[in-house]
Amino acid sequence: MKDVHVKKSIEEINKKIKQGKAVVVTAEEMVDIVKENGVKGAFKKVDVVTTATFGVMCSSGAFINFGHTKPKIKAYKVWLNDVEAYAGIAAVDCYIGAAQVQEEDPLNKVHPGRFKYGGGHVIEDLIAGRQVKLKAKGYGTDCYPLREYEAVITIHDLRDAFLYNPRNAYQNYNCAVNLSNKTIYTYMGVLRPNLGNATYSTSGQLSPLLNDPYYWTIGVGTKIFLGGAVGVVTWRGTQHDPDVLRGENGIVKEGGGTLAVTGDMKEMSPRYIRGASILGYGCSLMVGLGIPIPIINEEMAYFTGQSDADIYCPVVDYGIDYPNAINRTLGEVSYQELRSGKIKIMGKEIPTAPLSSYYMAREIAQKLKDWIVKNKFTLGIPQIPLPTVEFKGIKYDN
Amino acid sequence: MANKKIKKNVLLIFSKDIMYNPVIYKLAADFRIVFNVLEAKIYPKQEGRLILQLEGTEEQLDEGIKYLKDQKVKVEILAEKIKRDNESCVHCGACLAVCRSDALQYDNETKMIVFHSEHCIACGLCEMVCPVKAVKTASIDMEI
Ligand code: SF4
Ligand code: SF4
Repeated sequence: MKDVHVKKSIEEINKKIKQGKAVVVTAEEMVDIVKENGVKGAFKKVDVVTTATFGVMCSSGAFINFGHTKPKIKAYKVWLNDVEAYAGIAAVDCYIGAAQVQEEDPLNKVHPGRFKYGGGHVIEDLIAGRQVKLKAKGYGTDCYPLREYEAVITIHDLRDAFLYNPRNAYQNYNCAVNLSNKTIYTYMGVLRPNLGNATYSTSGQLSPLLNDPYYWTIGVGTKIFLGGAVGVVTWRGTQHDPDVLRGENGIVKEGGGTLAVTGDMKEMSPRYIRGASILGYGCSLMVGLGIPIPIINEEMAYFTGQSDADIYCPVVDYGIDYPNAINRTLGEVSYQELRSGKIKIMGKEIPTAPLSSYYMAREIAQKLKDWIVKNKFTLGIPQIPLPTVEFKGIKYDN
Repeated sequence: MANKKIKKNVLLIFSKDIMYNPVIYKLAADFRIVFNVLEAKIYPKQEGRLILQLEGTEEQLDEGIKYLKDQKVKVEILAEKIKRDNESCVHCGACLAVCRSDALQYDNETKMIVFHSEHCIACGLCEMVCPVKAVKTASIDMEI
């Protein structure tokens, strides 16, 4: 991070927030501010830019401690609403993964499977305060004699329930198409044969890591909006890879960085955390996540001012290439093109559909902005930076 | 008002005793309804199914539909078959990827996925893909 020149520190910005003087805008609003005021002017004007994303994020789950039973049990198998949680942690701790499917689900036996209920739904049900059936099995020890336990619980009965997502907020992602001659059912949605349609999944100009492409302000300890509550970035996410293709504006043109995030489910809202069933693919979790970005220097004003027209993603074939691990892209498209509803690939015009909700992302960015403006939320100071790559500079006029 | 043209998608089911009767052309000839065939399935000697888009005034459509029913054609108004729970919908767009009619559209201003039920052909695909089960289909008997 030696190449980062901090001209306005997070401490200074926090002071302004507490005094009610901080200027906070969403990443969407920042695009116009930079257009009107130039990068330098925008840097002087704006203190914080809020970003957000809302969509299906695999690699999500929750640590749950259901409290000691009487007599005590050392649970080695646990189910919540018949969805198995991993119990090999401690006596009454378990981890429920969003992708775990309910027992007896027919999976893909009749293709495409519906995957009606899984770990993501358990997480939503808990957050919504709905009743959940807890079942645990022990093998009996001198200190934990109980062998079986069953109870109907709500989140209030749980000692702890922490959302713990090892990989969220992918910096950028593929636009998916299908070159094969049959309809396919993927985690990128239903893709019709012979380039019948295209899907894409980030919130583009509003997306957290696309606004901080070198991770100068987002690091371990950054406070975030997670599922309606205050959460935190706990580490880089799995598969975090800063060393990817970047445009001249520094913004990644493929996957790139990821975040591991945590928050208290007892404070979350079912509006921003939803269980998801993905046809033919499996269960997952929709996560609403927002990150405030302090505008510490002019470059950050430049990055946050980039719009959908300046952000590109690769077009990947999920019919043949992706399942066979063939690394090939069919070209790149901007988010502006994707949002227009049509793109041109291999000479063919095809309709596009988003998979992550810009509508909800916008709501979250706005909400986070309100929190900061009303002094309900100050910025976390990153303690450990995320792995990054050298910054080679960007060009801007004023 | 009465002369305003509207569009309605309907599913017509012809049982085997009436399936070869000439009734459809009457919609145009007698009721001045413009129709578009959106889908047709004929199961020889068992049943015929047609999805039509009808265009005409409210009155013309009502009379045309009444005529079809009098001819023992089973008529289902497709706009009533698919319901979206707008509280539950998160506007992700998964349904947009599968819709073959103009019923689902992405509004690039509001960023919402807008549902125009009058264009819906009740194929049920959006119900199958919606990750949060925000779409409900009223059962149409698809079996024969
Ligand atoms: S798939 Fe479901 S949640 Fe997503 S936009 Fe369509 S109806 Fe709404
Ligand atoms: S049922 Fe759904 S997918 Fe099918 S036409 Fe109607 S809106 Fe489109």
